[in-house]
Amino acid sequence: MARHGTILAWGLALAILIGAAIGLGSYTFAYARGFSYLQDDPAACANCHVMNEQYEGWLRSSHREVAVCNDCHTPHQNLLAKYWVKAKNGFWHSYYFTTGTFHEPIAITEGNRKVTEEACRHCHAELVEVMDGGHRHAEPVSCIRCHGAVGHPTR
Amino acid sequence: MSEGKVTESPRFTLRTIGLAAAGAALAALLITALLVNIFERKQEARNPFFRVVELSEEVENPAQWGKNFPFQYDSYLRTVDQVRTRFGGSEAVPRTPTDADPRSIVSQSRLEEDPRLRTMWAGYAFSHDFREERGHAYMFIDQLYTERQKVTDQPGTCVNCHASVVVAYRKLGDGDLEKGFDELNRLPYFEAAQHVNYPVACIDCHDPDTMQLRVTRPAFMEAIAKVKALEGVEDYDVNRDATRQEMRTYVCGQCHVEYYFRGEGKRLTYPWDEGLRVDEIYTYYEEEGFYDWEHAETGAKVLKAQHPEFEMFNQGTHARAGVACADCHMPYVRVGAHKVSDHQVRSPLLDIARACQTCHRVPEAELEARAHTLQSRTFEMRSRALDALVDLVAAIRSAKEEGESPERIAEAQSLQRRAQFYLDFVEAENSMGFHAPQEAVRILGESIDYSRKGLMALGSPRSAEVAKD
Repeated sequence: MARHGTILAWGLALAILIGAAIGLGSYTFAYARGFSYLQDDPAACANCHVMNEQYEGWLRSSHREVAVCNDCHTPHQNLLAKYWVKAKNGFWHSYYFTTGTFHEPIAITEGNRKVTEEACRHCHAELVEVMDGGHRHAEPVSCIRCHGAVGHPTR
Repeated sequence: MSEGKVTESPRFTLRTIGLAAAGAALAALLITALLVNIFERKQEARNPFFRVVELSEEVENPAQWGKNFPFQYDSYLRTVDQVRTRFGGSEAVPRTPTDADPRSIVSQSRLEEDPRLRTMWAGYAFSHDFREERGHAYMFIDQLYTERQKVTDQPGTCVNCHASVVVAYRKLGDGDLEKGFDELNRLPYFEAAQHVNYPVACIDCHDPDTMQLRVTRPAFMEAIAKVKALEGVEDYDVNRDATRQEMRTYVCGQCHVEYYFRGEGKRLTYPWDEGLRVDEIYTYYEEEGFYDWEHAETGAKVLKAQHPEFEMFNQGTHARAGVACADCHMPYVRVGAHKVSDHQVRSPLLDIARACQTCHRVPEAELEARAHTLQSRTFEMRSRALDALVDLVAAIRSAKEEGESPERIAEAQSLQRRAQFYLDFVEAENSMGFHAPQEAVRILGESIDYSRKGLMALGSPRSAEVAKD
């Protein structure tokens, strides 16, 4: 009986700890407005102040009426790809913002640059098709190399 | 304990429970740490501003302003740093303090680096002591103790740009900035120095009520109005009409300019009546008949150019693109959620990421290489222009000794004056051509041409002889 009592006591302690972790986790998730990240509202991307400038830039950009952050910064092919990119960026952005070890001024990574380039081509397919013909050995034309400021001009 | 199976199972269970508990505890710990971090980040974003002291036109001490604006003040204090860049910056050189000059550290002597400068400035105070400029923090003491003060009597005008003078202006002018400016200019240097206490401070560029940028130097207000008039803008009032982005250049342009002391009142004047380019400035000096000193070796009435950064920058592509001085020399720094302009004013080459990469998304090494290419080309041309000038000085001196005709001497002297001013315009400008690379090299090319014409004016045999050296 005494042995049973010990197990029960430990089990109870464990239950309390796990409960506390779940409680803390849920509160943290809610406090950090975790649900907002599952949606499309650009304001969510500026939840943490590090994206304030980009958000403000977007508010006065030409694309404001037709595209939100996710339209240009997540893939268009399917939902799985979209949420994979979101999760990956979400994790690394949180990691770097929490530790504070990131390069300033913030610059896009190569993988994310490709996502954005594809996004331009997804909506502007008709226009791009005409331009892409070119010479066989010519370097492919990049939209954002010249139009880098359409999404969120910084000045 | 007799039945093995019964005893084993609870032990196993206990261990499992223990491990799970440790895992849950660690998870709770990490989540709490994250929660606290998120809380701190949210606090950062609240943008708190504490008005600890009341600021007014009477508060001169930057430390007082710093109580309200600690981030800006903190970086402002760092202008004491001495760091070299390839063609500028300053290096700390130890010296033994004396009663007359208590500085234990100065910067490297430009005259020792390049003795040709002594020839260019022969007979002028600059040929005695000329060191690499140090940060804003040193502007007052470095002027107070330079050897130049010992070989000549400077007017109070010098203080205009080597100290915080707004409060002094108001005191000397009974509240009138303009009148105080005139009073200060008239005083002998060391008397004027009694009226100031700090190097350039918050109050020189910021309105104490609104913190907006403002121009406080009457010489700039007058001169920029003349430049605007040339562009067809009448009645220009810089503090009323300039945009915020323009002000981020104009506050620097109050001092980083070419200037001279006009007339008996030694009034600080920027020679922009004809425009900002070196040719236009030179034309103005010709019309005024102004000269700084008589050259000791040739007797030419020559000019000293002084740090025309504002003029040179305005001829370059960055100015054309609407970039301001502060964009590169005081780039934004993130402090928590604040965007603070870095008040440690310094070379952009010491902070390429913040200064350049905001616009140029190119690796730092590439950006530095681009700047060094432009500067090296300017440096090479500057060196050739100096050689040409030194040749001309030697030729005029020997021509005088040999009794050359006064007309020819006068012609050569006049060309020396021009060659020297053009050369000095690039030499004294603190960017080694970067502010306007093509313009800088154009000016040096013209300087070399004026030196060549000077040699020609003395007759070709003699010029051929000099060229052989």
